[in-house]
Amino acid sequence: MSTILNLPNQQDAQLPKLSYLNDGYGLKSWLLTGDHKRIAMLYLVSITFFFFIGASFAGVIRLELLTPQPDLVASDTYNKLFTMHGIVMIFLFLVPSVPATIGNFVLPIMVGAKDLAFPKINLLSWYLYVFAGIFILYALVSGGVDTGWTFTTPLSTHYLNTHVITAAVGVFIAGFSSIFTGLNFIVTVHRMRCPGMTWFRLPLFIWAHYATSILMVLGTPVLAITLVLVALERTVGIGVFDPTKGGDPLLFQHLFWFYSHPAVYIMILPGMAVISEVISTFSRKRVFGYTAVAFSSVAIAVFGFFVWAHHMFIMGVSNYSALVFSLLTMLVAVPSAIKIFNWSATLYKGSITFETPMLYAFGFMGLFTIGGLTGVFLGSMGMDIHLTETYFIVAHFHFVMVGGMLMAYLSGIHFWWPKMTGRMYPESMSKMSAVITFVGFILTFFPQFIVGYLGMPRRYHAYPPEFQVLNVLSTAGATVLGIGYLLPLLYMTWSLRYGKIAGSNPWQATGLEWQIQSPPLTENFIETPIMDHEAYDYEWLANKHEHEVTTVG
Amino acid sequence: MDSQAIATGHEESPEAHEHPPYLRHHFVTVEQQAETASFGMWLFLLTEIMFFGGLFMAYLLYRNWYYDAFVASSNTLGIGLGTTNTAVLILSSFTMAMGVYSAETRNRKGLLTSLSLTIMLGLVFLGIKTIEYHDKYTEHHIPGANFSVEDFVHPTDKRDVPLAPDMAQHAQLFFFLYFAMTGMHALHMIIGISILFILLVQAWHGAYTNGHTSTIDNFGLYWHFVDIVWIFLFPLLYLISRHPLK
Amino acid sequence: MSTPTEHEHHIVGPKIYLLILCALLVLTATTTGAAFINMGVFSPIVALGIACIKAVLVILFFMHIRYSSKVLMLTVAAGFFTFLVLITMTLCDYVSRAWGLW
Repeated sequence: MSTILNLPNQQDAQLPKLSYLNDGYGLKSWLLTGDHKRIAMLYLVSITFFFFIGASFAGVIRLELLTPQPDLVASDTYNKLFTMHGIVMIFLFLVPSVPATIGNFVLPIMVGAKDLAFPKINLLSWYLYVFAGIFILYALVSGGVDTGWTFTTPLSTHYLNTHVITAAVGVFIAGFSSIFTGLNFIVTVHRMRCPGMTWFRLPLFIWAHYATSILMVLGTPVLAITLVLVALERTVGIGVFDPTKGGDPLLFQHLFWFYSHPAVYIMILPGMAVISEVISTFSRKRVFGYTAVAFSSVAIAVFGFFVWAHHMFIMGVSNYSALVFSLLTMLVAVPSAIKIFNWSATLYKGSITFETPMLYAFGFMGLFTIGGLTGVFLGSMGMDIHLTETYFIVAHFHFVMVGGMLMAYLSGIHFWWPKMTGRMYPESMSKMSAVITFVGFILTFFPQFIVGYLGMPRRYHAYPPEFQVLNVLSTAGATVLGIGYLLPLLYMTWSLRYGKIAGSNPWQATGLEWQIQSPPLTENFIETPIMDHEAYDYEWLANKHEHEVTTVG
Repeated sequence: MDSQAIATGHEESPEAHEHPPYLRHHFVTVEQQAETASFGMWLFLLTEIMFFGGLFMAYLLYRNWYYDAFVASSNTLGIGLGTTNTAVLILSSFTMAMGVYSAETRNRKGLLTSLSLTIMLGLVFLGIKTIEYHDKYTEHHIPGANFSVEDFVHPTDKRDVPLAPDMAQHAQLFFFLYFAMTGMHALHMIIGISILFILLVQAWHGAYTNGHTSTIDNFGLYWHFVDIVWIFLFPLLYLISRHPLK
Repeated sequence: MSTPTEHEHHIVGPKIYLLILCALLVLTATTTGAAFINMGVFSPIVALGIACIKAVLVILFFMHIRYSSKVLMLTVAAGFFTFLVLITMTLCDYVSRAWGLW
């Protein structure tokens, strides 16, 4: 099979003598670093840790659902499992996944800067993330939370005696970690682009992360104040959300979903950022309709603020407002679709090769499309009334978040791994892993669409026996999926020591990060770059290779 | 023309040689650093707008639903103290702005005076707030176990309309929001005043009047924002509908 | 590349600050006085209107937005716009509901 992989001669290839990895040794040099690349690595380790914790909850959930009877865990335990699965996966994995690891690492390099605008705040961001994780772990080991990750009132404020406040504090802190990352990104993109780097020469990765950062900065604080109100309500109990005291439980939901809907765009936009880069590189073509893709990222961010009540259609909002939100939900699907169309057009007549990042990207295109389409179904009130709170919803968001975002994350990790570590992962293992993941994913989540349509409610650990076959299929798929996720952990770690030396540009990609050494120097560039060509300019790259024997740095 | 790889930067230009000690390594010029810091602070203030925004939303809803209770509760707040506090905070914004001016004109004494005045005014504000909170405590208007609907069901002032008992209970919602919103605001003031003390000490040692005014500029933005929050809190909490003076 | 703001070269002087201070104090007195006048449905509109004017004065002059780059002006606008979206679209639900009003 053809490949564009271009590695240096392994006989005499060596990692660069000086890079950000060996610029200073010892725990203190890592824990007190200001280097965005080191912080990205710190995030990578902690995010992976929490991913596997969240995944293990999912494993137990799927085990319970093998049988229709509630026979593995007690009801309360089951509630705690899906709550903690949601909280850990959303706030400790999906939200920071691409921005905090890949974004932190490559964004400054892509704009031609030496670091993010506020390195200390970047480090603070990571510490806040770790504290958030500790709080949530503490909530876990001291008995768990069982409100559902949505903390719906008045259940969470009046009727449960679990560690709601602890978990809420953890999420609050994680929110600020997210806010500071977004703040850093926005300022960096505005103020620290190198000479010649106009807005429309930026890689689309930057545009999508810029849009994500806007969502982080404007949306997350509303979640913060909502959690404060929940905590106050639990302690003082005035009735802000309590109908028996004149409060409105729906007020909580309005405030909660005002963040949590933009949150899903916070989670998916960085994945789309990765896909833009990967699809272009592995079809050797500039992204079709650069401007459309750039503006659609921003449009997703803006429209994403207008649609939150589609999570509340059956909760008691007025029909009139439900109509308005339903209409707006239809509109918000348009920019996402534009991106899918443009990526498809990029592939058309491109020189496509099937390296691992591209395999994951193809997985993303198909699975995100299905997930996104089902989102449009759910946006129409008539369908939502029947499908909401069933496994159809569960399948929908897992298709976009796992089939979409997680695949994009893995795509990005594989794509930038040679840049971050200087080494290549084993290609045959990784391809096999990607295929296993894809197969496992379909097996896990496609049956859930069917079983949800047939009426199986979500968040229940018992179900009518006629749904068992589909549930068994789903659990079988989950096992395969688990293997698919464990393998990268193993072979990526292996590659740190034994992987092939990658060189500065193994994928022959455009973009400033590929023109510097792998792994990069602490200050990224020896001299400030001057950008004089458009993004995804493969002619420029070919030209450069003709005029140069060795790569810079 | 040699290769179009990473070309040389502007290291030859004159501005690049100006490297004051406070210029961080990842910035090219002092201007870039100052603008960046300012932009960062504004983005942080945006998060604060949205943070308080949630509370304002809750307030708007319940004022709409329980208007009579809100009117009656609002009337129990001291308008004199409230107006005074507003004036105090506006004055402190003025002194803070003068502090920024002093920093920019490298006037150390002026900066120290401005910062000290701002601290004092901030403390006056908090002092008056403490008095108001204490009043609410003695009048049994603090929501929760100690709350008493007496003042609302049997008002002493003849102009006040007595409330039905269940509407009177909703006065607790007003006071909850009153304490939550002014409390959150006061927390931001306490943080601000604490930082002001640190800035005062640093300014005493000559910081901020040597050309590096960013910190004072950006703290000023924070302080003004806290003032703006109060500018909205004051009419919403204190001025819902006062009885016309005879 | 981004152009430097005029802020660096334009130092806002004490005269302007003093003027704005007086305006703010006058507006404070006005809004307190207006609270004692029964204007029916216009009372909250007047109160919030005056508060908005005061806030705009603080933002433009004390916070220097009057002398700042377009980016900063857009940033402030974006913040208030999002706040307004939160308020109006949530109210859109409450305003059109039949239940919940006492």
